[in-house]
Amino acid sequence: MNAPTRYVDDSTKGFMIWSIIWGTVAVLVGILISLQLAWPQLNVAPYLTYGRLRPIHTNAGIFGWGIGSFIGLFFYITQRLTKTPLWSPGLARLTLWLFNIGIASAAVTLAMGINRTKEYAELEWPLALVVAVIWVLFSVNVFMTILKRKEEQMYISLWYIMAALVGVTVLYVINNLGVPLHLFKSYPIFAGTNDANVQWWYGHNAVAMVLTAPPLAIFYYFLPKVINNPIYSHRMGIIAFWSLIFMYLWTGAHHLLWTPVPDWIQTLAMAFSIMLIAPSWGAVFNGYLTMGGKWEQMKTNYLVKFLICGITFYGLQTLQGPMQAIRTFSAFIHYTDWVPGHVHMGTLGWVSMVLFAAMYYVTEKLNDTEIYSVKLADTHFWLVLVGQLIHSITMWTAGVQQGSMLLATNPDGSLHYSFMETMIAIFPYYKIRAISGFIYLAGLLVFIYNIYKTFQKGAVAQTAKA
Amino acid sequence: MLEKNPVIFIILAFVVIMIGTTVTMIAPFKWINGPADRIAEVKPYTPLQQEGRDIYMREGCNNCHSQTVRTLAADVERYGNGGSYSKSGEFVYDRPHLWGSRRTGPDLARIGLKYPDPNGMWHRKHMDNPQSVVPASNMPAYAFLNQPLNFAYSERKMKLLNFPYTRADLDELKGKSEMDAIIAYMRKLGTDLPTKKAEAATQAPAARNNPFSDLKAVKTEALSLYAKNCAACHGDKRQGSLGPTLKGSAKSDAELFAVISKGRAGMPSFGSSLDEQGIWKLVTLIKLGKHDD
Repeated sequence: MNAPTRYVDDSTKGFMIWSIIWGTVAVLVGILISLQLAWPQLNVAPYLTYGRLRPIHTNAGIFGWGIGSFIGLFFYITQRLTKTPLWSPGLARLTLWLFNIGIASAAVTLAMGINRTKEYAELEWPLALVVAVIWVLFSVNVFMTILKRKEEQMYISLWYIMAALVGVTVLYVINNLGVPLHLFKSYPIFAGTNDANVQWWYGHNAVAMVLTAPPLAIFYYFLPKVINNPIYSHRMGIIAFWSLIFMYLWTGAHHLLWTPVPDWIQTLAMAFSIMLIAPSWGAVFNGYLTMGGKWEQMKTNYLVKFLICGITFYGLQTLQGPMQAIRTFSAFIHYTDWVPGHVHMGTLGWVSMVLFAAMYYVTEKLNDTEIYSVKLADTHFWLVLVGQLIHSITMWTAGVQQGSMLLATNPDGSLHYSFMETMIAIFPYYKIRAISGFIYLAGLLVFIYNIYKTFQKGAVAQTAKA
Repeated sequence: MLEKNPVIFIILAFVVIMIGTTVTMIAPFKWINGPADRIAEVKPYTPLQQEGRDIYMREGCNNCHSQTVRTLAADVERYGNGGSYSKSGEFVYDRPHLWGSRRTGPDLARIGLKYPDPNGMWHRKHMDNPQSVVPASNMPAYAFLNQPLNFAYSERKMKLLNFPYTRADLDELKGKSEMDAIIAYMRKLGTDLPTKKAEAATQAPAARNNPFSDLKAVKTEALSLYAKNCAACHGDKRQGSLGPTLKGSAKSDAELFAVISKGRAGMPSFGSSLDEQGIWKLVTLIKLGKHDD
């Protein structure tokens, strides 16, 4: 091959910028609802009540920030790994338009109370269709690029990407099956315990196919690039990959322990959750060992800090998760604030840390320049790390305290604490958690400024060249 | 080979994903909601209750309230309200399920058993301004539900969900507010199954005699129990609000004990959350604490 491949990156840039915007919305709404839990008088209007805002927070985070950035970064990674330009740049631009229309409509309709109530599948059927179309358009574009690739070997990142393409499609379609009443309302085809079982098969595997496989694909691509080492073990990657996508699908019912879902499904979920530690840590160690001989870069390379911290939180997350999936422990912490603590270690610690690193790296490449300020990137790192740790540790503590109080009984078997006493006990934690949100937001703003300045720097350099 | 053929790879990934899916998600359809799960007493929602359920969903109540009592003693004690843990057959008409994942507020699977008042006065006051009944609550106020109910789609809903309904059921919707609907829904939750309430009513309290004759000895504890359990409805100074004033009572000690323990029209029972000694202390406070003390 003589001429270098011309990659098409305008949609990557678009998706990155818009996912950052939606991510900021997720954090802002998160802060607002955290304040509402401590000060209920902040529920000022129907469309600003906690019950309507919380789905906006989760949807903006998962779909806006998570999926938006994955689409952008996958367009970038796939082209490089296949040494092939994107199959259809026009389709990619259309996908970005649909994505923004979809997320904006999601925010508006959720605020109006148009809500299926199934967690992370709240959007009513017309918007669920839009989400499905976005995902199919994106999947076709990536898959066709892979089919037409010039590099024969498919690197690990591409496997995780392809698994996510299939997995998300299956999960999302099945959990959204329903019968429309009118344009803004539908009823699921499943009822009661069936609906619960389908929902958490979806809910937990959304974690696998959206918040695990894609960030792993990104991590496996960027860590070797950033430190200029090959991946430690291809074979370990293969084993971890197949066992991960095999085991995950059995574990949904660990969200439903002690409920009317049949016991054998709960037990299988518990067993497979514990088994999942192995492939998860296979991925973690593949990351750590890839660092071989270059650990000093934790000090000298700001991107390594984000990536290694991210994979470490993934490791912690995949130890804590299986622990929570054990019946006895679930009895103690399920339904308490422990769980939001767990979730935010995964989303703020693991997923976002890896995304920040990838976005810094891609911003440098797209602009053919160094980052505007490494110092600001370091500040960003510490602010989001401290914000996330305060959030999670505070919520774990609150969860343990509330869990113990809810289960405490008197010698005659009656309950020792009223429900309100358990709520009053955790108000101080709610206030600390709100502060942690502001710290995280500060970090995010530093990140946005740094990215903005780098794009500006790149534009100036381009003009100078021309 | 696998790493070189994306078509085979993606098919294989699909197959691998479908194994766990088939066993834990598809296969259970054979048993769940089947004949073994059926409970004859469980009735579908009336048009008004279903409208209330849809408002419950619209407002995202499920973000803070679960609807399933786990098979744990503490869960049954706290949220059972005299009923037992949740059973699969109770949810066969729930599309979607509303089990929730977080209990910022209490579980509501059996809330219908807690406040037997047919007019739902407690719920009305609580929904209008939760802090007026539960001062430390962090629940938003839902006074905005006091607006006319839109029932244009009610009949179509019943048909879509395949629920039986009569003309009278639909006529009942006229003039109702959204508040009426959501309260009708909450008053239905958990009430289909026969409860232990019937048994409890026939059970006489173990001790009929108040062991405390001197208020001073128990006053601190009694006041603290009162603040936790009674003040919300009877006023922080026992001056009365939703419930009557409690400064002295014409009832006998044993009668008061029975009311607190078993509840009565409009008042929930406290037999499962207070021990006998605690109930007697409250009886003593009500009988002997006549003045503003």
